Parts: sequence; C-alpha cells; structure tokens
Amino acid sequence: MEFFITLIQVLDSTVRLATPLLLACLAGLYSERAGIFDIGLEGKMLMAAFFSAAVAAVTGSVWLGLLAGIASSLVLSGLHGLASITFRGNQLISGVAINFLASGLTVLIAQSWFKQGGRTPSLFGGGRFEPITFPFADSLSNVPIIGPIYAELLSGHSILVYVAFLMVPLTWWVLYRTRFGLRLRAVGENPAAVDTAGVSVVGLRFAAVAICGVLCGIAGAYLATALQAGFVKEMTAGRGFIALAALIFAKWRPWHAMGACLLFGLLQAVALRFQNIDLGGVVIPVQVMDALPYILTVVILAGFVGKAIPPRAGGEPYVKER
Amino acid sequence: MTVPAIELKGISKAFGPVQANKDISISVAPGTIHGIIGENGAGKSTLMSILYGFYKANKGEIWIKGTKTDIPDSQAAIASGIGMVFQHFKLVENFTVLENIVLGAEDGGLLAPSLSKARKELKDLEEEYELFVDPDKRIDEIGVGMQQRVEILKALYRKAEILILDEPTGVLTPAEADQLFRILDRLRAEGKTIIVITHKLREIMENTDTVSVMRRGQMTATVKTNETSPEELAELMVGRKVLLQVDKVPAQPGKPILEVENLRVFDSAGVERVKGIDLNVRAGEILGIAGVAGNGQSELLEVLGGMRPGQGTIRLNGAPLALSGAGSDGQARRAQHIAHVPEDRQREGLIMDFHAWENVAFGYHRDPAYQRGIFMDNAALRADTEAKIEKFDVRPPDAWLAAKSFSGGNQQKIVVAREIERNPDLLLVGQPTRGVDIGAIEFIHKQIVALRDQGKAILLVSVELEEIFSLSDRIAVMFDGHVMGERLPHETDEKELGLLMAGVAGEAA
Repeated sequence: MEFFITLIQVLDSTVRLATPLLLACLAGLYSERAGIFDIGLEGKMLMAAFFSAAVAAVTGSVWLGLLAGIASSLVLSGLHGLASITFRGNQLISGVAINFLASGLTVLIAQSWFKQGGRTPSLFGGGRFEPITFPFADSLSNVPIIGPIYAELLSGHSILVYVAFLMVPLTWWVLYRTRFGLRLRAVGENPAAVDTAGVSVVGLRFAAVAICGVLCGIAGAYLATALQAGFVKEMTAGRGFIALAALIFAKWRPWHAMGACLLFGLLQAVALRFQNIDLGGVVIPVQVMDALPYILTVVILAGFVGKAIPPRAGGEPYVKER
Repeated sequence: MTVPAIELKGISKAFGPVQANKDISISVAPGTIHGIIGENGAGKSTLMSILYGFYKANKGEIWIKGTKTDIPDSQAAIASGIGMVFQHFKLVENFTVLENIVLGAEDGGLLAPSLSKARKELKDLEEEYELFVDPDKRIDEIGVGMQQRVEILKALYRKAEILILDEPTGVLTPAEADQLFRILDRLRAEGKTIIVITHKLREIMENTDTVSVMRRGQMTATVKTNETSPEELAELMVGRKVLLQVDKVPAQPGKPILEVENLRVFDSAGVERVKGIDLNVRAGEILGIAGVAGNGQSELLEVLGGMRPGQGTIRLNGAPLALSGAGSDGQARRAQHIAHVPEDRQREGLIMDFHAWENVAFGYHRDPAYQRGIFMDNAALRADTEAKIEKFDVRPPDAWLAAKSFSGGNQQKIVVAREIERNPDLLLVGQPTRGVDIGAIEFIHKQIVALRDQGKAILLVSVELEEIFSLSDRIAVMFDGHVMGERLPHETDEKELGLLMAGVAGEAA
C-alpha cells in the first residue's frame, strides 16, 4: 500500500512536470509541422515566465500575468517569423538569437524593476494559479485504488494542466480533421504545392508560428505562476530543448508527443523523489538522477529510437520558383 | 471568329537588365492544343509564370475569354480558369491522391465533407476524361505517370478551362507519353484549351494544332502545325539551320575496351539495383543504354565511374577493375583513362558556386600541369580553361563566371570539355543533353561522335529515345536492373524499345 501511495505521488508529480514540456512540445509541433524549425521554444518560455510573474506580482492577477506571458512570447514568435519567413533567414540562428535575447533580457528587466537579483517577488493568493479540486475528491479519497487516483492524480492540478492535456486531442483534431490542419501539414512537406494551389505559404506559416507563441506563453506562465511561485533566472532549465527532443521522439505526432512528455516528466519526478538510490551497495548519486532527462534527450537526438523523419520542407525558407 | 480562350497582348518582363519577355502576343483558340517551343532561357518559363501569377508583367495585358484579366497570384489564375501542370510536380508526397486534389480547394473548415465531395466528383471526372487514379493511394506509392494524372485532375477539380503543361513528357516512358496525349486529346474534345511547353519537336508535330516559337524572350513565329516542319521549327528556335540527325559514318568497332560480367549493384538502402548484367563496349563504338529513369542505369554508371561499389567483374582493356575498396574511386578510374560525364551535372558534374576554371580542374586537380610546387598553378588552369571554352564554344566565354551563371547547355559543355579533352579510352556519358538547348545538343553530339571516330569506346545512358537512336551504334535496354535485350538501331524501332523498357521481353536477346 505504501508503494501504491508513492507511485501515485510520483505520477502526480509527473503530470505537473510534464505539463510545461507538453505545452512547449505541442507549440513546436505546430511550428515544425508548418516547416519552421524552432529551437527558440526555450527562450519564449523563459520570456513568458518572467512577464507572467512580473505582471502577476504587480497587479496581483494571475490572469493578467498569463496574458502578459502569452503576449511576450508572441512578440518573440513574431520576431522568429519575421526573420525566418519574411526575410528567409536561417531558422536555427534566429532561434538561438531568441534564446540569448530571452536569457539576458529577463534578468536585466527583473533587476531593473524589482531589484531582487534578477528574480520577481514571490507570488501568493490571486497571483498564482491555484489547484482545482474536483467534486467529491475529499470524500472519495478513502476509497481504495480509485480514491487516490481520483483525488491525487486527476484532481488538484491548476487549470493550465488540464488545458495542456486537452490540447492533445484538440491538436490531433485540428491537424487531421480540419482544412487548416491539412494545409499546415502540406506547407511543412511541400510549400510549393500549397502555393500553386492558391494558398498563402507566408500566411499559413505565420499562423503556425503564432500558435506556437501562444502555447509557449502558456508553458512559461505555468512555470512561474503555477509550478513555482515567481520567476527566477533561467528557470526553464532546458525544458524547451527537452520538449524538442520529445517532439522528435514523437515523430511530430500529438498523442505520441504526450507520451514522450510524460516519459520525460516521469524521469524528472523520479529524480526529485529519489535523491540517492541505493542499488545493493552501489549508490547512484542525485546528480545522475537529475541528469537523467538530459541524458535521455541526448540518446533520443542521437537517433537511438528509430528514424524520425522531420517534415520535408522543415528549416527551408520558401522561395517561389517554378 | 470565335473569342480566343486566352490572349496575351504585348507582355514584357525584365529582371534587372535582362529582358526575359519582350512584347509577346499570342492568341489561343478554345478547344485547341497550342504548343510553345524554344530553347532554355528563351523565356517560356517566365511567360508561363506570368500567366500563373508568379510574376507580374512590366507591361502588357492578359485577356481570358474576351475579358481583360489581372493575375496577381495563383489564386487569381485558378479563379480565371487556368490550371498548371508543372514540370516538377507540386504534390505533397505523404498525402493521398484525394488530399492532394482537395488541398487549397476545400469547401469548409472541416475536412470530411470536402473529402467525400471530392471523392464523388473525382469519380465523375475520371469517367468523363478516362483519367484513372486510386484516390486513397499515397503519392509516394504511385508512379510518375499517375502523379501527372493527379496534377491534371487537380486542375480539372478547380474547374480549369485552360490547362498549361510544362515539359510534360520529360519523366514519362514513350507509352505513358502516348497515353498523356490521348488524355489531352480527350480534354480538347471536351472543349478545354491546352498549352504544351516542350522542347521535343516530335511531340509538337504530332499533337498540337498551332505552335509558337520563342527565342531570346521574343515570340518569333506562330504557325499552324500542319503547315510547318521540324526543320523549320528548329531553325526558328535557334536562329540558324540545325542538323536534327547526327551526321555520322558507320562505326568501325575494334577490340573490346569495356567488358562487364555479372555486375550486381546495391543502393545505400541495400536494395539490389543492378541484378547481374553483362555488357561490352568496343573501341570505336557507342553503346546506348535505353530505359526509363530508375531502372539501374544510374547505378551502372556510378559503379563504372567509381562513385559506388559493385560486385562482379569489370575489365578495361582486358585488365580487371577494382569494384570496391582501394583503387575503386573516381580518382583511380580517371587514372585508368575512364572519363565520366555524370547524369546530374549540377550535383555531380559541377560545383555551381565555383568559377568555370575551378570546375575545369575537378577530378584532374592533381594533374602536374596544374601544379607549381605545393601550390595550384591557377594561371595555367585558367589558360587551359580559356582554351577549352573557346574550343567548345562556351558562352559567355568567361572563365571567371560561376558555373550557376551559365545556361544548362553551356554548363554541360564545360563538363564535356573537361572530360573529352582528357582523351579517355572509355567515356561514360549520362543524360548528356538533359535540359540542354537544341543548338548545344547538336554540338555535344558531334563531340561524342568525334571521340568515337578516334577509336574510343563510349557508354551512353539516356532516357531520351531520340538521342539513343541518333547516337548509338548498338542499343541495350535496361529494365528493373536487367538488360532486357540488345538491338541494332536500324533493326528496331521506338515501339519495340518501348516494350523492352516497360519490361515486356521480346524475342531472346
């Protein structure tokens, strides 16, 4: 029974930790399916984390914070779009630039506004997303098996967690059941086909990049206003890159993306829960556990998980030609 | 007189100082097939891009069915009933046929109703025009002939009245090309107007009602097809008399230079592409390898040229060649006097961003004539390039120009000059005139025949049957990695070769 409780707790923490990864991963999915590679997920999340925390701290409203986070992430998306769609620049370099920009700018502005060493004041009350408790969660929590699953695992997360997981079926539906999805997938595979069919490649790609910005914004806001209570320097800690690895692992498919993000979330949760693991005399130090998600990222990116074929036109600016 | 389906009045388009289209006017009657021919760079493509809204003309008017029409983008072109089948198909490879047809012409935000409506309409179109495709197959699962039909259906699904096809037969077998023209006939009978852009005179002569000739951005003539001849059209295109048939004396074959026995080649995915073939080429003869692209000819050339390992036996002048490992690379082949004009000159023959003189060195950059101590003797190299440019009439005659700035024909002349001037025992030539204009074709063919007449062996791979017929002294046909048979050019015809190319075996070879 104690094992079961531990399991539920680890899984509960998996869900919380997987949420920002999932949002960022889906963000990347929209962008990359449209043919715009985006390694700036990290920077957008970081920017959104800062602005959401800053606005929430000043106004006391987490919703205004969320909006500010999304807006700041959208600005960076616009920048990426401008560089890689309008001016046909290199998408990787634009992404790197965005990461540096966010990394420097957030600390600079935080110091200038709050003078707390590059962090925002701690958020409390209306400045944070509070957990939502499902009906009857308390009364059901004593029912064996189902009770803890309902009360601990399903109930008691902030609204953004539910939004993130609802985005999965929604993304699947948009991608495979709507006109927008068909065009989005087509523009990432062969923009010339979309162009000659009389649909604007630029318009579609900007739409995809904007969706990416919104989702990264939510991811960043979740980090600063739900998972933690305020912004600290470099708080994204490589989550944007892990999300990219998950996206490749998932081969750019929404349900698989959820699976991949849950796997990374699980590793993070395990690392948090079991600081030193004793395996019959050999102690695995905490640093190894903390490094696990990153090690898995490297393994995935090295191509050990089968061949992942990216959208064919990914990374290539579209130049009209016959 | 009926109102023309499409009429261009004084279209001009300049890119910087280059006048791509100069005061072009044509008028195409409805329900006809109109051909447009011209050399590469004559401005055909620019003209069609203007019609499909890719470029905007600097001057001139487009009239469609008697109405002046502006075509700022592809959307507008589609709306005015123009459908375009590009040379390189604009299809999404991992989408189904149906999804490709619907893309951009959906009926609403949701896919399902659009798809089922398209499925129904597709059935009607198929029956009306005898254009059969399987709507649920993915594009990468069907052949090029079928893909082209999808492109035509795409246009018809968008209610195109005017269909423009750019070099439509470049990727087709003769049988598929015939089928295409039967489809176009059918479309014409249903009142559609068709414009075919091609450089193949025979297609123009056999299938069009009227033909326009373009040269250097201008429309030099528009004539009724049955009132002209291939010779006249060729002259109009090039601006001087052109020999369409290669002038050559019968071959005087000598001893075998190249002997291939039971050669097997696997591609990088491990698929067997050449399945145990035997061939030989004698001194003073041209062996032509015919076949639809992708039946192992490329791999054969690559093994011979040292670009890919193989299994089996290859002898040059009686001595075996290494087929893998040391001594099997391009450098070794060149040292053994095998020269290679590769199939894809832009990827394998040249580095497009490099100067002409640098490109002339490639493969022979270790030649002592180009060295001065540990340095390259660039001056000597440039002098050599200038000599080759002059001899091969490369235009513009500028050794400092980047390879990409030459036209297709002149790029090929640079490659051919580099290889032939080495005076090889065996010359491998792949698609020597792909994307090369008529004037340059004539020149390159002459050079190849001249080399043969010096007693050299030549292995020619081409998907153009006309080229195979006019150059070869012997023809071998490849299909699916096998040699289906060997024929002498004067004892066979396109029909028989076409059957062999499609894998239908004739009498034992």
